[in-house]
Amino acid sequence: MSQTTAQTALPATEGSESRARHVLRTTFASWPARLSLLVLALAFAFAIAPSLIAPRDAFVQDLSLRLLPPSWEPRGQAQYWLGTDQLGRDTVARIIHGARITLLVSVLAVVVSAVIGIAAGLAAGFHGGWTDAVILRLIDMQLAFPLILLVIAVVAVVGPSLTNLVIVMGLSGWPRFARIVRGSVLTVRHLEFVDAARAIGASQLRIMARHILPNIMSAIIVYASFEVARMILLEATLSFLGLGVQPPTPTWGGMISEGRRYVNQSWTVAVAPGIAIAAVILAFNILGDALRDALDPQLEDRT
Amino acid sequence: MASYILRRLLLTLPVLAGIVVITFLLTRLSGDPTDLLLPPNATDEARAAFRSVNGLDRPLWEQFVAFAIRAATGDFGTSLRFEQPAMQLVLDRLPATAELAAATMAIALGIGIPAGVIAATQRGKAADGLIRAVMLLGQAIPSFFLGVLGIIVFAVWLRWLPTGGRGDWAQLVLPATTLAFNLVALIARVTRSCMLDVLKQDYVRTARAKGVWERRVIWLHALRNAFIPVLTVIGLQVGLLLGGVVVTETIFSWPGVGRLAIQAIYARDFPVVQAVVFVFAVIFVMVNLVVDLLYALLDPRIGYK
Repeated sequence: MSQTTAQTALPATEGSESRARHVLRTTFASWPARLSLLVLALAFAFAIAPSLIAPRDAFVQDLSLRLLPPSWEPRGQAQYWLGTDQLGRDTVARIIHGARITLLVSVLAVVVSAVIGIAAGLAAGFHGGWTDAVILRLIDMQLAFPLILLVIAVVAVVGPSLTNLVIVMGLSGWPRFARIVRGSVLTVRHLEFVDAARAIGASQLRIMARHILPNIMSAIIVYASFEVARMILLEATLSFLGLGVQPPTPTWGGMISEGRRYVNQSWTVAVAPGIAIAAVILAFNILGDALRDALDPQLEDRT
Repeated sequence: MASYILRRLLLTLPVLAGIVVITFLLTRLSGDPTDLLLPPNATDEARAAFRSVNGLDRPLWEQFVAFAIRAATGDFGTSLRFEQPAMQLVLDRLPATAELAAATMAIALGIGIPAGVIAATQRGKAADGLIRAVMLLGQAIPSFFLGVLGIIVFAVWLRWLPTGGRGDWAQLVLPATTLAFNLVALIARVTRSCMLDVLKQDYVRTARAKGVWERRVIWLHALRNAFIPVLTVIGLQVGLLLGGVVVTETIFSWPGVGRLAIQAIYARDFPVVQAVVFVFAVIFVMVNLVVDLLYALLDPRIGYK
């Protein structure tokens, strides 16, 4: 991470247009990265306008059409490509609608984590002293916990509403952001442009917001893309356990949980949403890797 | 060495204190714990009686001191569902979870380490590409989905394995493999990157120059040195494993602590939830303590200062 910072600590303003274009070009140079971009573009399109894209209503039940197998199997019907669930709802439509909750909760949770983590990391790295000591202890303590069980228990207590999910999941992720930001700040803090800003009388807040933050932004963006993947996994796990956003709102984890009881009649109900989850997580991870390599060409490929 | 162990033990005390605070706060998050700890249809008199018996009418810090003292002796109250001591219920389920965790670790290490070593020595070749692809998938596929897939393929379609329960070894195969999959990917990844580092070292070149058999160089000289970071990762991933246990046990009806936790959460049996959170956190802290000590034992260069 410190190498990333050192790299981006070069003057970011000079020719930033061409640098941005260069980063984009190298990020999407390989086919897995392009495919990942396509997957995410689709997923976000689903999340933004599910009703426009879905072939039919995701909520309408028709018990005469319950648990249809996919269309390529003998009992399948052409218009229900991935079959239907136990209430006769279209699986394709429900997957398209499910993207909304998954992405909304995960992205917002990462935003919450990032805001708290960046603030704490900046404070710790910039002030040092006891602020640093207290924040470091808090980070260590929270990282020392098996968080999944705690998140499950807390959500069970406060109730699985969308807001609660975002807050609890967001609170579970801040320490990693704080650690990365703190480390980055420590490497940037004594560079000349920070001294220069201080010399012309810039306030601490201004130095942090205008001079330090832009220089560690690429590290944060790369990390955030991995973190979204992790949050999608967590959201799906919570939904699977019945602690996500409640039915009838479709969630991918919830669909697997309900569908697994009916795999004898139709296996796609449970398998299709799982493939959707895996595809989106994979896409975020691949793009994160590609972005890191593009932003930091000096980093040796070790993974 | 003795002072190192002592200092490391002392360092776990603040973490344990934090665990007690969090387990206490868990039932206070929604305000009045009476709603969580009593059945929803409890009468007002019963609620008032419950509050005074359990000291819920006293100041929060007094309640916390009382809770901390009881927690230190392993007393988390009585399960609302089973009417047995909550801690006893957790301890009764622990052997089943330990069995699953041991089988999982055996699979994860048995596949993950050789896969990582092969990927490192075959760097850039087909075997490396295949192993890396599987590693990426291992990070992306949720363990509960893998469990559902396993049931569909091996229990429903092929009918080779049972869908759940605990008893004979066949019932252990699916849950342990499911739980191991993400760990295999992670261990292989770390092993690969550590082996790539170690294989560049002078002592590996020296061993080769002396004419030591290549396999011996890789599997003995190099792997031994690559193993230390792998061990650290395993310690850190115990948290992941414990989280995975909750989901995997639920899918496969494995009668362990994880399934108990989920059932307790559904039944709003909060004394049991508190006991599970506490026990899991303590296990996690202890495993990391053991890993740190092993780390110092394996690498004599790590100081005990």
